[in-house]
Amino acid sequence: MIQLTVNGTQHKLDVEPDTPLLWAIRDTLGLTGTKYGCGMSLCGSCTVHVDGVAMRSCALPVSALNGKSITTIEGLNSRTARAVQSAWEKLDVVQCGYCQSGQIMSAIGLLEQNKSPSDEDIDGAMNGNICRCNTYVRIRAAIKEAVRSLV
Amino acid sequence: MSQKKIENVSRREFLVKTMSVGAGLTLGVYLPGCSREEDTRPEAGPGKAGGEVVAESEFEPNAFIRINSDNSVTVIIKHLEMGQGTHTGLATLVAEELDAAWSQIRVEAAPANPILYNNLFWGPMQGTGGSTAMANSFEQMRKAGAAARHMLVAAAAKKWDVAADEIVVRDGVIHHQASNKQARFAEMAELAAQQPIPQDVFLKDPQDFRLIGQHAPRKDSANKVNGTAIFTQDIKLPGMLTALVSHTPRFGARVKSFDASKVKAVKGVSDVIEIPGGVAVLAKDYWSAKKGRDALRIDWDNSNAFKQGSDELLAKYKTLADKPGSVARSDGDTKNAFQSAKQTIQAAFEFPFLAHAAMEPMNCVVQLNPDGCELWYGAQTNTMDQIAVAKLLGLKPEQVKINMLYAGGSFGRRANPASDYVLEAVSIAKAINGVAPVKLVWTREDDMQAGYYRPMYYHQLKAALNDDGYPVAWQHRIVGQSILAGTAFESMLVKDGVDQTSVEGASNIPYAIPNLQVELHSPVLPVPVQWWRSVGSSHTAFAVETFIDELAVAAGRDPLEFRRALLKGHPRHLGVMELAAAKAGWGSPMATGRGRGIAVHESFNSYVAQVVEVTLHDNKSFSVDRVVIAVDCGIAVNPDVIRAQMEGGMGYGLAAALSSKITLIDGGVAQSNFHDYTVLRIDQMPAVEVHIVKSEQPPSGVGEPATPVIAPAVANALYQASGQRLYALPLQLSA
Ligand code: FES
Ligand code: FES
Repeated sequence: MIQLTVNGTQHKLDVEPDTPLLWAIRDTLGLTGTKYGCGMSLCGSCTVHVDGVAMRSCALPVSALNGKSITTIEGLNSRTARAVQSAWEKLDVVQCGYCQSGQIMSAIGLLEQNKSPSDEDIDGAMNGNICRCNTYVRIRAAIKEAVRSLV
Repeated sequence: MSQKKIENVSRREFLVKTMSVGAGLTLGVYLPGCSREEDTRPEAGPGKAGGEVVAESEFEPNAFIRINSDNSVTVIIKHLEMGQGTHTGLATLVAEELDAAWSQIRVEAAPANPILYNNLFWGPMQGTGGSTAMANSFEQMRKAGAAARHMLVAAAAKKWDVAADEIVVRDGVIHHQASNKQARFAEMAELAAQQPIPQDVFLKDPQDFRLIGQHAPRKDSANKVNGTAIFTQDIKLPGMLTALVSHTPRFGARVKSFDASKVKAVKGVSDVIEIPGGVAVLAKDYWSAKKGRDALRIDWDNSNAFKQGSDELLAKYKTLADKPGSVARSDGDTKNAFQSAKQTIQAAFEFPFLAHAAMEPMNCVVQLNPDGCELWYGAQTNTMDQIAVAKLLGLKPEQVKINMLYAGGSFGRRANPASDYVLEAVSIAKAINGVAPVKLVWTREDDMQAGYYRPMYYHQLKAALNDDGYPVAWQHRIVGQSILAGTAFESMLVKDGVDQTSVEGASNIPYAIPNLQVELHSPVLPVPVQWWRSVGSSHTAFAVETFIDELAVAAGRDPLEFRRALLKGHPRHLGVMELAAAKAGWGSPMATGRGRGIAVHESFNSYVAQVVEVTLHDNKSFSVDRVVIAVDCGIAVNPDVIRAQMEGGMGYGLAAALSSKITLIDGGVAQSNFHDYTVLRIDQMPAVEVHIVKSEQPPSGVGEPATPVIAPAVANALYQASGQRLYALPLQLSA
């Protein structure tokens, strides 16, 4: 049994210890907002927050997470999160949308640590998140919009 | 049933009216106060995609519009939403003519139905592709909205006993000024459903548009931002098994035998079965299926397998290009013109295989029922898939229900003429006799290695120049697999040995050249190939637009001015080219180590020009800093969606310009995931400006036309910066 706190709720999960967090979240807990894109920490679709830090859930075995606190896109409620999500909506960032949970989790992770990121900071923090629809121009703009709204 | 519905028209009558008016007109009406029966099916797509229509077999299809008791208006969208904004675009058309408020509009994906929901450009076939969604729906959806409005107004006129032409509708409110009466749509819906269906409807004059041309926020933003949007990957049905497939490592190989003993030992695995093209492992969830598949040992029969690599193919293609091919276009007397020419220039171009690499790898959910089969996925060629599945299962097409979900990208991949991944899912469900619903999931590696690809191409170009340096003769030979050979599209689009999708963008070049010959060789290979965003233009635009640039430089002329001289009589090409050049400051000086380039191209009746600025960082690496895009796609229905597609479509092409490449080695694919099939990341995305040409032409597509223009524009800019002319994609400067 693995003990995880996901979006504030404690869960005891009966899964194999090598199960990546991504699949425990999606298949066992039924939280499907977090996406699979590569399974190798290459695309960022699966980004969640582990103790507040943005991490790729596809490469994190649940056995390494006992007692950790996980936040997925479904569990967001911080002020930063709201600012990021409404900036995303305001600028109509999404296209197919499949990468966007991961983009948003990474963007929030960035803004939780850096209140006024430079262009380089933004590109650096978001570089692990692929968007095949190439919404990058709007992702940059939406992060800046969120920064403005948080002041 | 807890709900009452009033149908104003029978299915049969509907079809008759549809033919006479050319648009769907039905209003399905839910009486105020009667809530809809709870839909217990998995939430799919926007709202309950397909569910509301498909779930209730007694409910005759209402084509495009439903006025709900809560005063919302549901627009049924016949095309796949894969990011291109079709749910927003088509809903805008209805809302415009209905005079609805944008906030009251909801969207729902249509069920599979080749009569009601066909692509009007494709005959009785439902499907999304070729950037046709807006173009084929423009009148149809507006007429549907106008007809609904007409019936609402007629109802109000009757109820209030006033003249219909004194009634105005604005932002979802029906209003009669003299009597000071007003009503919302829902209040009139029941009565409206009893009004005669108009035989003809008046559409608005474009100058009266209130939504078209304005900013209508995307209908799919909210649920894609909060994680509730449902994709195929997210569907979970009771008792469902997840299937992973071990595909042939070489195209054309077969399973000789396999050893499942270790697989069965993996916890959660239920079945291991052979299917056409591989072996499927079924398990209770993804991770169990993945571990099971990792433990699978397959002995492949390679006797008929493809064993060549990209290098050998290229050598073969080069030999072919030296010989005349099937003629795609022949103007004047090219042979003679070359013989008498004083100066000729020639070049050859290489294009690799490309994967679509949509963010959501291929997947499909299938459930076999006693009376048919039900599918959940991002269906792009709905009718073809329906027919193929029916054939495999011995059913009638209408027994195959398709729930069209959001697709996590496609770029052409989900419109597979062989219905490959759909049939794979159905084969698995069939092999277990339908005892459980099956979700087929491709890993990223499967998606990269199991096909299908943009074909590899080789081009040979030759031009004869007059004394002013302008081309008087042009010979263009293209070598590459036919995408359409062997598909249902072959009879339509392959003529005299020429697959139109191999030569588009080359056989219709706009430049004034009196002697012009375009030829094609289509070698047959077992490598599975398919259209990839912008199809033929994904390679032809590069060859044509960099070669024209080379001719301009050889003539000692400015590339913009050179094109301008050859584009007389092509106002829309000229329009976008001049606009992009002006906005980009064409002609202003660039620092050493920087370069500016231009390209212009028409595809799918939309015209796009791009001006690019690049910077060299050392003698091999460079960055693309700025892209100015001008587009003429007719009436701009949703300018912001157009801008988004220009940005994204350009970025998709830029990935292929900079680094994406599928390489075949010994009959298999060398790349497997995003570490070796590299795509564009945020730090490579240039600053982008989009300018839309004002136009009164009917709208044309925007999903694809930005993609082919970027690679030649970048190559032309690199030439200006470095003096190196590049002839192969991805672009690589030599030291
Ligand atoms: S799925 Fe985890 S990084 Fe791609
Ligand atoms: S929105 Fe489609 S992959 Fe990012």
